[in-house]
Amino acid sequence: MAEGRDACEAILNRIRTANTSARAAASAAEYPAIERNYQQRTTLDRETILKTFLDHLHEYDAHVFEANPDTLACAIAEVLKSHDQKSAIVADDFPEEDLPTGFTWQRESKSTKDQLNTTGGAIAGCEVAIAHTGTIILRGTRQLTLLPDRFLCVVYENQIVDTVPEAMARLEPYKAEPLTFVSGPSATADIEMTRIRGVHGPRFLDVIVVRD
Amino acid sequence: MTIRVGEAAEAPSFQKAAFKLLDDAQLRKNVRHATDVISGKRAIVVKEQQDWQQLRATASAIKQHTLAHLDEYLLKFEAACTAAGGHVHWASDADEANRIIVDLVKQYGGKEVIKVKTMTSDEIGLNKAFEANGIHPHETDLADMIVQLGHDKPSHIVAPALHRNRQQVREIFMREMGLSELTDEPQDLTNAARQYLREKFLKVKIGFSGANYLLADTGGVCVVESEGNGRMCVTLPDILITLAGIEKIIPSFRDLEVFLQLLPRSATGERMNPYNSLWTGVHKGEGPQHFHVVLLDNGRTRILADPEARQTLHCIRCGACLNTCPVYRQTGGHAYGSIYSGPIGAIVTPQLFDMEHSQSLPYASSLCGACYEVCPVKINIPEVLIHLRGRIVREQQSGANIEAIGMKAMARVFSSGRRLEAAQRLGRLGQWPFVSEGWIKHLPGMLGNWTAVRDMRPLPKQSFRSWWREHEKEKKEGADG
Ligand code: SF4
Repeated sequence: MAEGRDACEAILNRIRTANTSARAAASAAEYPAIERNYQQRTTLDRETILKTFLDHLHEYDAHVFEANPDTLACAIAEVLKSHDQKSAIVADDFPEEDLPTGFTWQRESKSTKDQLNTTGGAIAGCEVAIAHTGTIILRGTRQLTLLPDRFLCVVYENQIVDTVPEAMARLEPYKAEPLTFVSGPSATADIEMTRIRGVHGPRFLDVIVVRD
Repeated sequence: MTIRVGEAAEAPSFQKAAFKLLDDAQLRKNVRHATDVISGKRAIVVKEQQDWQQLRATASAIKQHTLAHLDEYLLKFEAACTAAGGHVHWASDADEANRIIVDLVKQYGGKEVIKVKTMTSDEIGLNKAFEANGIHPHETDLADMIVQLGHDKPSHIVAPALHRNRQQVREIFMREMGLSELTDEPQDLTNAARQYLREKFLKVKIGFSGANYLLADTGGVCVVESEGNGRMCVTLPDILITLAGIEKIIPSFRDLEVFLQLLPRSATGERMNPYNSLWTGVHKGEGPQHFHVVLLDNGRTRILADPEARQTLHCIRCGACLNTCPVYRQTGGHAYGSIYSGPIGAIVTPQLFDMEHSQSLPYASSLCGACYEVCPVKINIPEVLIHLRGRIVREQQSGANIEAIGMKAMARVFSSGRRLEAAQRLGRLGQWPFVSEGWIKHLPGMLGNWTAVRDMRPLPKQSFRSWWREHEKEKKEGADG
């Protein structure tokens, strides 16, 4: 590791010399003084925010469903039935009582990579969703929401914010955890700029928005 | 310290390379199509982001501030990353970085590595170093995979294979994946890549990535991508190695709210790219259990030391300046002789290291200013280009090369009307062997540099000065008579 430390010292010295000789060092504002005049909070009402979120999900070709806390289990059953799915792997923290009967459930932590790879689908909630960009943000559950071909995400209305800064503020307590921002199914345009869905992640994204 | 940028040292000058590429009609068509599509999408989503200018201003201020305190932020990052269970390594140049990474892979007993698209690993020539040590790197970004399997070079920083069309991709895939049947439909080609790589994702135990951002406050890393291959590589293997230029650091998690709004809109014309992955050290039972970050200098501190050019280090590699550049759009990326192409390449490469060909790069621009206009972090590329041109001219003048002597002679000729006329007479006599169909396409010797990139009209039969003299004489005679 001695060599690494040498390089570290050498690099830091070069930076310090550069910053004393380059006047720029003095003129850069201190961190708290950096102006942030971009939009922080939304000016839209709840209904518009929700509509924006749904519109953006539709644009990504996600399948969107609406439910309330009492009909959530039913909605999950409907979604799975529409894909002829009889089982799914479920995130560890997903509430048992929201899972409909008549299906086979398996928890994420009890599953191997191979099982995740071959299962019909995955179910998980999210931490925050951003309407302005149509983004869902997941804490952990990285393999579960990545390997299966279908991913069903349950989003509660109070988890939806409008702007990116609002979402980042909500994520502040979890900022050192593994986080994944998902905006539509995976996609590529590498071949002649033709947009193709589902290169490596789930090819199908279903979203149930729960309103109270 | 030996600074290296991929294989740029062997590259010919921009003008020489561009001259050949201009004849490749297919390449130019592919490049034009791709850049048109991305630029068009970008314009739409930038317009809908009403605080775009404010976001740019903040991004630029954050970058300036970070560079001014780069040493502190790097140390802060190292401390936070280590506390979270990661390991931080420092590399002064490409060779040192390669050695650290190869040693790590060997230490973990790996023979294969799955890689997320990263420019920095191309910069240090990592794949070559892997192969020289019996380690097989698998590129997993579709475009990078097309480039790797096609034994080719990337031509764009966001879409490295945009110079290939579907028929070419089909041929490459059939040959390299050993497929006997495959159509040239992009959907089928993509499916073939999905199947081919899924097995690798599940099996290979070492992942390698670059970083879009390093977060100084948490010691976290953020990777932004579209295909999900990035998520695969940073989630599934047991061991993860990340290579990042030291300029990739931002002070805090919160700053992502600025950059995550600017980058996708600028890069691919999306409101948000499909996947952003953030991870910090290791988490029990979740993702890789061994995590290493290699912090790379390789000439970046040299750029930092030049007050006029240090803004080059603000770059977030969105590629918007390439798509909008009239020069890039004509030549594609290969002419730049470096993995960093387009306007940003024209300023990064010559600053990272001064080989001969990079002296031509600051001239690979029309200085139209379009790149500055689109740059999400407000890098004034034309200003840096002019600064670098000045530097090159000063370096050349200090050496007594033929061009400098020629330029001095020209200055003498232009400063006297009599000498200019004498030179024009000589020129008219001397030019006839080079004129064809009313154009001069090639001039000999040093003058060839000029005609290498443009055709010119021959000198007219009569100069303006002699026409004016005759005209005045006639007028006078007319008035007198
Ligand atoms: S210079 Fe600006 S526009 Fe060009 S790639 Fe970098 S950030 Fe993007």
